[in-house]
Amino acid sequence: MAKRLRILVAKPGLDGHDRGAKIVARGLRDAGFEVIYTGLHQTPEMIAEAALQEDVDAVGLSILSGAHMTLFPDVVRLLGEKGAGDILVFGGGIIPDEDKQTLEGLGVGRLFGPGTEIREIVEYLRDRFSDRVAEETGD
Amino acid sequence: MDDSQLKRRFAEWEQEYSKRPARACETLSGVSLKPVYTPLDLPDADYLRDLGLPGQYPFTRGIHPDMYRGRLWTMRQFAGFGSARDTNARYKFLLGHGETGLSVAFDFPTLYGRDSDDARARGEVGKCGVAISSLDDMATLFEGIPLDKVSTSMTINGPAAVIWAFYIAAAELQGVKPEVLRGTIQNDILKEYIAQKSWLFPPEPSMRVITDIMRFASEQVPRWNTISISGYHIREAGSTAAQELAFTLKDGLTYVEAGIAAGLDVDGFAPRLSYFFNSHLDFFEEVAKFRAARRIWAREMRETFKAKDPRSWLLRFHTQTAGCSLTAQQPENNIARTGFQALAAVLGGTQSLHTNSMDETWALPTEKAVLIALRTQQLIAEETGAASVADPLGGSWYVEALTDELERQAREYFRKIDALGGMVRAIEHGFPQREIADASYRHQRAVEEGRRTVVGVNRYQLEGEKLEIPLLRIDPEVEKSQCERLSELRRRRDGARVEQVLTDLREACAGTDNVMPLVLDAARARATLGEICQAMKDVFGEYVEPPMF
Repeated sequence: MAKRLRILVAKPGLDGHDRGAKIVARGLRDAGFEVIYTGLHQTPEMIAEAALQEDVDAVGLSILSGAHMTLFPDVVRLLGEKGAGDILVFGGGIIPDEDKQTLEGLGVGRLFGPGTEIREIVEYLRDRFSDRVAEETGD
Repeated sequence: MDDSQLKRRFAEWEQEYSKRPARACETLSGVSLKPVYTPLDLPDADYLRDLGLPGQYPFTRGIHPDMYRGRLWTMRQFAGFGSARDTNARYKFLLGHGETGLSVAFDFPTLYGRDSDDARARGEVGKCGVAISSLDDMATLFEGIPLDKVSTSMTINGPAAVIWAFYIAAAELQGVKPEVLRGTIQNDILKEYIAQKSWLFPPEPSMRVITDIMRFASEQVPRWNTISISGYHIREAGSTAAQELAFTLKDGLTYVEAGIAAGLDVDGFAPRLSYFFNSHLDFFEEVAKFRAARRIWAREMRETFKAKDPRSWLLRFHTQTAGCSLTAQQPENNIARTGFQALAAVLGGTQSLHTNSMDETWALPTEKAVLIALRTQQLIAEETGAASVADPLGGSWYVEALTDELERQAREYFRKIDALGGMVRAIEHGFPQREIADASYRHQRAVEEGRRTVVGVNRYQLEGEKLEIPLLRIDPEVEKSQCERLSELRRRRDGARVEQVLTDLREACAGTDNVMPLVLDAARARATLGEICQAMKDVFGEYVEPPMF
């Protein structure tokens, strides 16, 4: 049996736009992932802590408040400090291309914008973790 | 006309039609549609009972006898970014180009009752709206804008009492008395739990503060709209048109019940309630929704709540075009989308309108983008002729049938909500939240499966598209300078006085006195937004939403 990938979908900061996060959470679950959704108003510390406790493969951050340049690096840094730098941090929201490039340079995974289809995110995650899933399938 | 003759002719026509391979159609919200509408779709129509004349009960055709001939709708662009000074400049720009009312967009920390220097605010100060942490920020926001001359709408909910107090106190600093102030605070906490998610306290104390605000307004700020009962965010969260209509009106009726239960006379506060709807892509469905909203409200206010003052029966509303319908791909197309949506709002009889800018799926709008959005309204007003005649789509068999259908669906939801014990209980059960999440997911599936076309996204894409419009950037220095101004404020104010007003406020919250005069005192003493909200949270507690998807 292949291990099911565990994904934490998180809403950092005070941003209340949760339509996208909920759609992605539901879509990933329907695609066979194990999904944990943090709910709203999480600090980067709360998210990093939840990622460790839930032993997830990836954290998907949804940010539509313009605070992406602060919150993505914070979560990446905190995970690194906790020795969990192997957890992928990816995400989506209202993020200009220029900022996407800067964030990807800081070790953030892919950032999806408006109009993304869920299957693109599914394909990205399956592809990103193909070795992890394959290894465990081989056991 | 002889109905039986029409029935026969229609049956023949239908038989002929059914031989053709035409596609099935439904509205954006899933109402299935016939290929054509005729008088047969309105078998029980009674003109005076269901439509009336403009300015007459049940106001289906509009709230004014002369509609836009008397006065155009207010062109009110929702705006706010960076510091109070940045936004003040944007307001002057918009007013200088023919805007007729102001509308304040606050940043997330402000919406959530937190100061710019709160640890939880980091990264969000001035990003999604303007940062307002004190009376001084509010005074800067309106510097050089006479508050006795403009009307101002403020999208603020959890901390509405505090922001409103800042506004009243800022007017005092300009020498303007509360009784001449005109404007709106959104103050619609029920839809915060349902959709927008910027709450502070749990539902019960929130409802108490709202009734305090209604009472204070009726005594001291009589021209102020105390609640803007909002469907906008419900729709943006993914609801259907019928859900937007039903949940919003049910929220409104719940505030009326609360006001009456608090001992207020319905005609004392109901005329100061206004509405705020979304105008989405499905043109006729939106027009029908606005018409149905007016009719339902008039009937409920007169028949159920026995309001006597005709102003209590009038559903006045602001409209914003649908942000969630805009695409990041080929963003210039959003100008056209917004134009159609704005026209639907005008044909639906809106009192006030915001048109979105083409670049809003990328960032807050640039000056150029917002000017095109404002010009779109001016084109509709001045060039299309749409403002010449009241309710021009009234009498269309299609629009009347759709208006009836939306009223029927809304009333069906009213019954379900009543069966759950009313709107507050339904929200606690997560009922509207779940209905909206389901509708939103259904829509996403329909787009992904190609059953619903989004131009530029799942059809008519451009190969290797590059963004060719400039974007507004918020200077990261805004957060720093805002924090500096706050610590300067804390240094120079009378600290003992602040302590005293906050203690008095906590006492009022714990007792039954109206909290508004104490919030106003706290504002004048330069207590900050975060401090005032914290004092109230000390007594009322803080709402926490159980996560679900």
